[in-house]
Amino acid sequence: MRLDQEERAWLAGTGGKARQWAIEHQMRVGTYLGATDLVPVSQAHIMADTESLGPAGVEWLERLAALPEAQRRVRIPTITDPRGTDFAAAARLKQQPWMLDLERRAIAAFESLGVLMTDTCINYQTIMPAVRGEHMAFGDTGVVIYSNSVLGARSNFEGGPSALAAGLTGRTPRYGYHLDEHRHATLLIEVAQTPRALHEWGALGALVGRLAGDYWQVPALLGIDRVPSSDELKHFGAALASYGWVALFHMIGITPEAVRREYVAPATMSVRTTIGPADLQAFQQSQTGEIDAVDVVVFAAPQLSLIEMRAVAALLDGRRATVPLLIVTSPQVKPDADRLGLTARIESAGGLVLAGMCFYQSYAREMAEANGWSHLATNSAKLVNILGGYGYRPMLLSMEQCIDAACGRRIGS
Amino acid sequence: MTHYQAKSGMGARVRGNALVAKDGFSARYDLDRARGVFSRPDHKLAGRSYVGRVLVLDAAKGGVATAWMLHEMAARAMAPAALVLNRVNPIMVQGAALADFTMISGFGQDITAAVPEGALVEVDPTGDTPVLRVLSIPAVTDVTE
Repeated sequence: MRLDQEERAWLAGTGGKARQWAIEHQMRVGTYLGATDLVPVSQAHIMADTESLGPAGVEWLERLAALPEAQRRVRIPTITDPRGTDFAAAARLKQQPWMLDLERRAIAAFESLGVLMTDTCINYQTIMPAVRGEHMAFGDTGVVIYSNSVLGARSNFEGGPSALAAGLTGRTPRYGYHLDEHRHATLLIEVAQTPRALHEWGALGALVGRLAGDYWQVPALLGIDRVPSSDELKHFGAALASYGWVALFHMIGITPEAVRREYVAPATMSVRTTIGPADLQAFQQSQTGEIDAVDVVVFAAPQLSLIEMRAVAALLDGRRATVPLLIVTSPQVKPDADRLGLTARIESAGGLVLAGMCFYQSYAREMAEANGWSHLATNSAKLVNILGGYGYRPMLLSMEQCIDAACGRRIGS
Repeated sequence: MTHYQAKSGMGARVRGNALVAKDGFSARYDLDRARGVFSRPDHKLAGRSYVGRVLVLDAAKGGVATAWMLHEMAARAMAPAALVLNRVNPIMVQGAALADFTMISGFGQDITAAVPEGALVEVDPTGDTPVLRVLSIPAVTDVTE
């Protein structure tokens, strides 16, 4: 890989051990993936919950944090994905003290590195959305796919170490979705009926993801007959990235790089398949099973927008949740939800509003064991996909059905 | 001795018994990392231990957490010996780079169909061309040429 003068100096150690590690890491990754140089990035977004880090990862961060200040501080705005707890609710979730201790240590280390603890996976709705063509080092698959596809930004999936390296150098290896040649459609899919509810958008993302099934595939969708909302694209993209490991999609006539079909897909490319209402229904049924009651209802993955929070509050008005009902949002949305009375409406109906965490990043297996949770309802297809490996039996329902289930109504009745 | 050349590789040369499946790999989605077993019910290796094995799988998949989790697994000596994949994604490369983990990927054929389950293999990313060598095949394995 070609390095400029400043990058060579960091490699030689003149910027200190943190930046030397960062540039070495970026060279290893870039060399493996065919990058010829580094590209400047304007933001980094770090996924680093302590379930993923473990004690070893936290100790590794603490060693960086112990370096002299001039050597350890990030050079560009560097923000964080959800953490592994909401400290205010940890006892109710039956999280253990050792989990909270690890979280506190990780937060202290990140703050020492100059990282902004935003703790959100919806930064494109709440912090600073990317601009078309802007190179980023984003580290949550939902953030990457939304920013690439809906906003026209340029980022690969950057795991926590690589996002931190980008924060320290202000650069990232130039491969994959930083390059024009990887941003063209590789498969064309017709959608016969535009989804309506959020969970249907997630189901569509899951089905497209299964067809794509590879990081280097770029699906383009034909037939979406209206401009989807940000929340709809959020659920679609999160599920597509989760089921298919996809980082970029196009919607013909809608997303910025696909205003015209020929901009992203050659005329010779034929439609591989058509996804219709029956496919979406079959997928949802396959994710629901024969269960008629649940142990816990979770709205998360991605964190809820203020608009989603309002919808949940409205569905709960005059009702009472009889099974645990968790609603997870960002630390940026939560104060507005408090100010507008949404939190009070949800919690007076028996829900629990959590901020700055995500359910699956918060020791989901241990929470299940401690609380006796197995059957879980959610309107997030992404959450359904992840939690099977954590021992849950998750099911995908609409937001309305989830609230019904939380209030004790038998599913399907 | 059969060998298979890979397009890319990193890490040290290691030996181990192969655990093979035409399926993906994600530390978050597929594993019970505390017990060291595949835990996703529909994974083809569900219930199997991966600790110390050379995993020969189809593709890297899943979210970004694997970038940290390989490091965490290695620190507890509960990691595979190496990963051998038909296709990688950036997260797996980033995770292997942090953990100094041995990984090779990209073959001229489906590597999961080529390597017999349980075979003793050597993964060697240290030369000009990364290579997987099959050193011996267990007698009980049904190998179809």
